[in-house]
Amino acid sequence: MSLTKKSGKSGCYAKVSEDITMLHEEILHRCFRCGYCKMPSSYIDLNCPSYLAFRFETYSPGGRMWLLRAWLDGKITLSKRFSEIMFSCTACGNCTEHCPFPGFKDLLLEAFTAARGAFLDEGLVPAGVRDYLTRMQLHGNPYGLPAKKRADWAGGTEIAPFTDQEYLFFAGDEGAYDTRGQEIARSAAKLLAKAGISFGILTMGENSDGNDVRASGETALFEELAKNNTDLFNKKNVKKIITLSPHGFNAFKKDYPELGGNYQVFHYTQVLAFNMGKLKFRENSDPVLATYHDPCYLGRHNMDYYSSRMMLSAVPGLKIAEMDRNKQNALCCGGGGGNFFTDVLSSGNESPARSRVREAKATGATIMAVSCPLCAIMLEDAVKAEGLDGDLRIMEVSEIVNDRIL
Amino acid sequence: MNDFIRQLADITGSGFVSSEPEERYLYSMDQGTMSPAEPDAVIMPGSTEEVREIMLLANKHKVPVVPMGGGLVLSGLTRALHGGIILDMKRMNRILQINPKSRYAVVEGGASEGMLQAYLKKHHPELKHSMPDAPPIATLAGNICIHGSGHLSVLGGFHSDMLTGMEVVLPTGDIMRTGSCSISPDWFARAPLPDLSGLFIGWSGTTGVVTKLGIRLFPSYSHNDMLIFVCEDADLMPDVISRLTGTQVAEDMTPWMTPKPEWARGFLHINISYGAHSKKELTFKRNLLQASVKKYSDQKIAGFLPMPPTEKSRFLKIPSPDLVKFADIRKGGGFEYVGAIMAIEHFAEAYRAGLQIARTYNVSYSMGARIIGAGHAMMFFYAYAFNRADPEDIKLAQHALEATNTAALEIGGIPWKSELPAQKQIINKMDQNTFNLMNQIRSVLDPNHIMNPGNWEK
Repeated sequence: MSLTKKSGKSGCYAKVSEDITMLHEEILHRCFRCGYCKMPSSYIDLNCPSYLAFRFETYSPGGRMWLLRAWLDGKITLSKRFSEIMFSCTACGNCTEHCPFPGFKDLLLEAFTAARGAFLDEGLVPAGVRDYLTRMQLHGNPYGLPAKKRADWAGGTEIAPFTDQEYLFFAGDEGAYDTRGQEIARSAAKLLAKAGISFGILTMGENSDGNDVRASGETALFEELAKNNTDLFNKKNVKKIITLSPHGFNAFKKDYPELGGNYQVFHYTQVLAFNMGKLKFRENSDPVLATYHDPCYLGRHNMDYYSSRMMLSAVPGLKIAEMDRNKQNALCCGGGGGNFFTDVLSSGNESPARSRVREAKATGATIMAVSCPLCAIMLEDAVKAEGLDGDLRIMEVSEIVNDRIL
Repeated sequence: MNDFIRQLADITGSGFVSSEPEERYLYSMDQGTMSPAEPDAVIMPGSTEEVREIMLLANKHKVPVVPMGGGLVLSGLTRALHGGIILDMKRMNRILQINPKSRYAVVEGGASEGMLQAYLKKHHPELKHSMPDAPPIATLAGNICIHGSGHLSVLGGFHSDMLTGMEVVLPTGDIMRTGSCSISPDWFARAPLPDLSGLFIGWSGTTGVVTKLGIRLFPSYSHNDMLIFVCEDADLMPDVISRLTGTQVAEDMTPWMTPKPEWARGFLHINISYGAHSKKELTFKRNLLQASVKKYSDQKIAGFLPMPPTEKSRFLKIPSPDLVKFADIRKGGGFEYVGAIMAIEHFAEAYRAGLQIARTYNVSYSMGARIIGAGHAMMFFYAYAFNRADPEDIKLAQHALEATNTAALEIGGIPWKSELPAQKQIINKMDQNTFNLMNQIRSVLDPNHIMNPGNWEK
C-alpha cells in the first residue's frame, strides 16, 4: 500500500505500515550519480560543501538521491548517520546549477527538503538541528532571545519605526541578534539613509523569516513563522521590503506569496546599486584589491550576481579580483540550510568556509567582500582558523562603501 | 572486524573511515547492471604513507582491498565481491607537477580529469591532456588503469599509452615506482626500462594501488574546429576511417550511430576534431581531411554534414554533459555499455551485431566508437539505457550486454573494462599460458590474494 497524499507532520512524507512515500520520490532513481553536482562548471575544485567536507560519496547530492531511494525501497533504514548526511546539505544550489539532467534537476533540493521532513517526523535529527528548531518554535528566532529585543540593534541610531515609509527594512535574525550581524545591519541602514532611501523598521511582533527552517524540512513551522510575519506586514500596510540577509530575501520573494505575503522584495544591495551616484566618496582613497563572495541565496537561488559588484565597482581605488569559483560557481560558506546554527558541517580543515578563505587569499586580495551576515560571520571564523588575521579582512559591502564616503 | 576498523581509523583519522550501513550500501554498486556486493568498510587515505599503512594492515589480516577512483566504470569493477574495504582514493587529488617543456603532468592517484583540465586552462593554457568522455569527476588513475581513451586518442593512443610513470603501493605495503621516475626526478617516459607499469594497467585493481602517476600533455590550440562525416553504408567505414586518420591531423575521431534523433537514424556519423595555432593552419587541416575522403564525396554516397558554428560548439565542449543524459532516456538513471577494443576492419560487422542485439532485446541503444591512433584500433561501444527502478528492465539490459560481449569476442574484439561475466568469457578465450602468467604475476605481487579478489579469476 502507498499513499499519494503526504501527510507527515512536516507534510513531506507518509508512512503506512511498511510502505513509505515521499514528495518527489519519482525523481530519486533517475539520478545517474555522474558527479557534475560536486563541481563548478570549470571543474577546478569540489564545490558541494558537504561533499568537500566529508568526501564520502554518501555526502554528495547523488549519494543522497540513491540513499533516499534505498530507504523507500526498504534497503536501508533511517539512522543517525543518514540524518547527518541529509542535514549536512547547505541547500546552496550547486547541484541544481550543474546537474545535467533537465528533467529533474530543479527538484533536487526540494527532494532533500522533503526527506529532511521525514527525519523530523521520526525524531531522527542531529542535536544541533533539534535545538535550532526548538528555539525557532519557542522564540521565533534561532538565538532563543526575547522577541522584544529584536529591534535593539537600531538603538542609538536615527532609524525610524516603520509607519508609512516606502520600504520596510528587515534586519533578519543575524542582523537583530548577532553582535557582528548588528554591526552589518547598522552599516547597511546607515548607507541606505545616506542614499536617501525612505525606510523604517518594525519594533515589535516580527519573527524569523523562516527561510532556513523551510530548508530544514520543517514546513509547518515555516508556515507558522511566515503567517505571523505576513499578518503583521499586511496590518502595517507593508508594500516593499529591503532585507539585510539574502536568506530572508529568498523567503519573502519566493515562498511568502503563496502564503498571502505579496511584497516587492529587494536585497539591500539591489537598492543601493542604483543609488551609488548619490554618495560622495572621499578623494585620494588608497588602492585596495578585494574579492567578492557570492551568497547562495542572492546568487544561485535568485541569479543576482551584479548588485554587489556594481556597488564595489563604484568605490574609487577598489579593484575586484574574482575567485576561481564565482557567481553561479561560487562555493557556499557552509552556513546555509540552517548549518550556520546547527553546525552539522563542523569546521575542519576542509570545511567550505576555510576552503573559501584560502581561495580568496590566493587572489591576492586583502578584503573579502560579502553581502550576507551569515557569510560574514562564517568567513570571519574561517579567517581566524586559517591564521589569516591581518592578511584577509572580511567586510560587508556597505561597510566598504561607508569607509570611503564623506 | 571492529578492531580492524579501529586500526584503520588510527591511520586516516576516524572521519575518513566508515562501516556504517549508508556507506556500505552506496559503495556496494556502481551505475551499471552488476548486482551489489557490500564492503565491510570504506576508507579514504590522504597520502601514500597512509595507503602503505592500510595495505600492511589489510595484508596482515588478509582483508580484501578494492581501490576505487571516480567509481564511474559502470561495469562493477569496484564492488567488494569478497567483502573487505574499499579504498576511495579521491582525497588524494593534488596536481603535483606540470612540466611544460617535456609536456607531462604528475598527479596524485585520486586527481580528477576535470581538475587537471581546469588547472591547465588556468596555469598552462598552452597545454591540455586527453579528456575521456566520462564525467569530469572521473580520476586520471582510474581511467589510465582501465586503458581508457579520450579526446586526443587519435593523436596519442589509449590513455595508458600516455602514461609516463607511476608510484604504486603493492599489496605487501612496498612502495615502488615505474618508468623514469624510478631512477630520475623526472617523470618523462616509461622507456627505456622494463615496462613495469604494465603490471598495473588493465588488471582491474588486482595488483596494487596507484598513488601517483605521470601523464603526457599536448599542445592546446587557439583555434578548434570539427567536422561530421556521414554515410549510410557501414562497409565503407573502415576505409573512411583509414583515409581520415591517414592525414594525421585529427585529434579525435568518434563514429556514432543512434536511432534518436530521427534525423540521425540509419546514418553512420564520424565526428572529427582538430585544432591549429592559426586560422590558416586550421583551414589547411580541414582541407586535408576533406580531400582524404573526396572519393566518396564526389560519388555523392557520403559527405560532410553542413553545420553552423553554434551547433559545433556543442560538440566541441569537452567533456560533453550531453553524453550522461543518455542515462535518463528511459527516465531511469541507468546505462551501461560494452566497449570492445577491436581492429577497425570489423566496424560493419560490429555495427550489424549491435543492431541485431537491440532488436532482439528491444533495448534503448546507442552505438559508437573512438578511433585509437592512426586507425590502429577502435573502442566500439554499445550503450544500453535502463530504468534502475525496474528490475525487469535491468535484466533486459544485462542480457543485451552479455550478448554484446559474446558478439564482440566472436568478431575478434575484446570487451573493455569488462564485467565479471565478460572477464570469464575473455579468460575462456585467452591463451592458457597467458592466463597462467597472469596468475603467477598476481601471486608474486599479492601473495595473500587481497587485491580486488573475484576479478580476473576463472
